[in-house]
Amino acid sequence: MNTLACVKRVPDTGAKIVLTDDQRGIDTSTLGFTMSPHEECALEEAVRIAENRDGTATALTLGPEEADEQLRTALAMGADEATLLETGDGEWGPVDTATAIADYVAEAETDFDVLLVGNESADAANYQVGTHLASRLDRPFVAGIKSLDVEDGTAIAKREVAGGEEVYEVDLPAVIAVKEGLNEPRYPSMRSKMRARKQEVASATPEPAGADCLEMVRLESPDDDEGAAEILGESADAADDVLEVLRDDVEVL
Amino acid sequence: MVLAIVETDGDAPTESSLEAVTLARDVADRTDEPLEAVVFDVAGPGEGAGAGGDAGGSIGDAIADDLGEYGVGDVHVVSHDRLDAYAPEAYAAGVEAVVADRDPDAVVAPGSDRGQEVLSRVAASRGQSMAANCLAVESVDADADVGGDTVELPDADGSYALTRQRWGGTLIEEALLGGDPKLLTAAEHEVGFEPAADPADPSVHAVTPDLADEHLRVQVDRYEESDEEGVPLGEARVVVSGGRGVGGPEGYDELEELADLLGGAVGASRAAVNEGWRPHDDQVGQTGAKISPTLYIACGISGAVQHMVGCKGADTILAINTDPEAAIIQKAEYAVIADLHEVVPALNEAIRDAQ
Ligand SMILES: Cc1cc2nc3c(=O)[nH]c(=O)nc-3n(C[C@H](O)[C@H](O)[C@H](O)COP(=O)(O)OP(=O)(O)OC[C@H]3O[C@@H](n4cnc5c(N)ncnc54)[C@H](O)[C@@H]3O)c2cc1C
Ligand SMILES: Nc1ncnc2c1ncn2[C@@H]1O[C@H](COP(=O)(O)O)[C@@H](O)[C@H]1O
Repeated sequence: MNTLACVKRVPDTGAKIVLTDDQRGIDTSTLGFTMSPHEECALEEAVRIAENRDGTATALTLGPEEADEQLRTALAMGADEATLLETGDGEWGPVDTATAIADYVAEAETDFDVLLVGNESADAANYQVGTHLASRLDRPFVAGIKSLDVEDGTAIAKREVAGGEEVYEVDLPAVIAVKEGLNEPRYPSMRSKMRARKQEVASATPEPAGADCLEMVRLESPDDDEGAAEILGESADAADDVLEVLRDDVEVL
Repeated sequence: MVLAIVETDGDAPTESSLEAVTLARDVADRTDEPLEAVVFDVAGPGEGAGAGGDAGGSIGDAIADDLGEYGVGDVHVVSHDRLDAYAPEAYAAGVEAVVADRDPDAVVAPGSDRGQEVLSRVAASRGQSMAANCLAVESVDADADVGGDTVELPDADGSYALTRQRWGGTLIEEALLGGDPKLLTAAEHEVGFEPAADPADPSVHAVTPDLADEHLRVQVDRYEESDEEGVPLGEARVVVSGGRGVGGPEGYDELEELADLLGGAVGASRAAVNEGWRPHDDQVGQTGAKISPTLYIACGISGAVQHMVGCKGADTILAINTDPEAAIIQKAEYAVIADLHEVVPALNEAIRDAQ
């Protein structure tokens, strides 16, 4: 059974996000890059399914040349193949992104039985690339999945709802959008990282279809009421003051 | 006309649906258009016993009163013989049937799992983008003063200038949205909901979409109740959360005790979950739970933006951290700058003594 995991390169922001001067992006001059936790889980699942069901796992990303880094991570985590759909610098909208991925899937030599995406990307959080992909490929789609069991021809997928889980049984091939918590992604070993460095990454340069009708104008940081906290103490002796706050100010006692 | 998609719990609208209705009403008021809603009359696994479903329209009458208070003038109730459980493509077909009949300027869905899923299906079948997690629609004119560069859209005529959440809410994006209709979801726990100044007395219309097998290929098959005990994280009044600073799984015993004393639940940062100290269900943040307790106690958590979006809804944050420079100190109301393994046991004892 062959699997595909779609991952996206995003800045690994820390305690505070600094914007570029034109407010159209994040200042990444001091940042590293990563993939979303949801997508790490998508990739881990893709690798596990391929391992257990005798197939290949392919990692795919659409992004700048530098996204090669995330594909190397994917290879080190056990993906058999990696493909970069190179876009240059600008950000593509969800319809163009999904169209390019769908075109790749339709033409790929491998038939993918399970296509995994994250529930939402870490940066754009458009909540829809997976849906557009499934729709273009005319395959079933289910989102928000935190438990997945793949059998021959069927996926049993569960989504958390208040007080429990709802269970879906979906015919394969299907597109499945997953959330962190689905599995515990492995840490790649030094050896697998070394090996991944030498592996081949396929690449193509699709043209954007220009079909999106959502355009970013600029970004802003939300107002947060920053201001130093009232320091209640600097040792365990603070316990009495904390108790007072809990009882009299916060009123939880 | 502006159309809101409404999800129900029993026969009442969910909170996130009321947020969608409130955002839709704002757009409707601005454009001087009527406000309508679409609901689904489906009793299936996990829909709750009270969801009606025998006679089509039974849910509509109950919900019409609620929605009327929010200014909804017409309620379209989707039902179908074959639709006996939540099925995203069938729900999207129901929305499409109302769109075809009523030609709305915009469709606004709740920012819930189902809301995003159903509206993204509508978007996908039209090959059109939707704007997820919108906070507000600022104006309905592409030439409006939104600052920055003017962006050409495929159909700039009548585009919406709106704000939406990016990065799980750590950034806000000003964007232009085109499309006919415009498709947007309302950011959960952000938009807020408020009854209308002038309530309406809605008429209820039954809608039966044409459903083929493909609309039902994804459908809730069954509902499994969780056997978790204790206060669920999302409902807890107090959450005692531990991060990498807790140092290991045993360290959470003290936090559990504090949570018990305060009638609360234990949470965790992603670093702690990644270490395997706590299950992912405990994780608070961008890719975990978003909670709004009365009190959030952050023990050994540095306060990364991705963590803070999960707990910024808390009324009060108390941080316990050895580092006075940690970002969390800027974001908390109260802090103790000390080792959590000394502070938490001392606090547990103080609370027990006081009781
Ligand atoms: C796309 C994306 C999504 C993410 N989603 C989430 C998410 O949902 N939730 C989340 O939490 N993170 C998330 N993260 C990770 C986030 O960026 C941080 O890495 C993480 O929150 C750090 O966890 P931490 O504060 O426990 O660890 P650290 O940053 O290592 O902080 C540990 C803190 O403990 C303090 N400390 C150490 N010892 C003690 C002691 N004995 N007593 C008191 N204090 C002590 C230290 O001073 C320090 O401040 C995400 C990251 C990305 C890129
Ligand atoms: N540029 C991209 N490259 C690869 N996968 C992507 C890209 N953009 C989005 N995806 C996938 O689609 C999911 C949903 O993205 P979004 O619709 O932006 O929230 C992500 O979690 C990824 O798995």
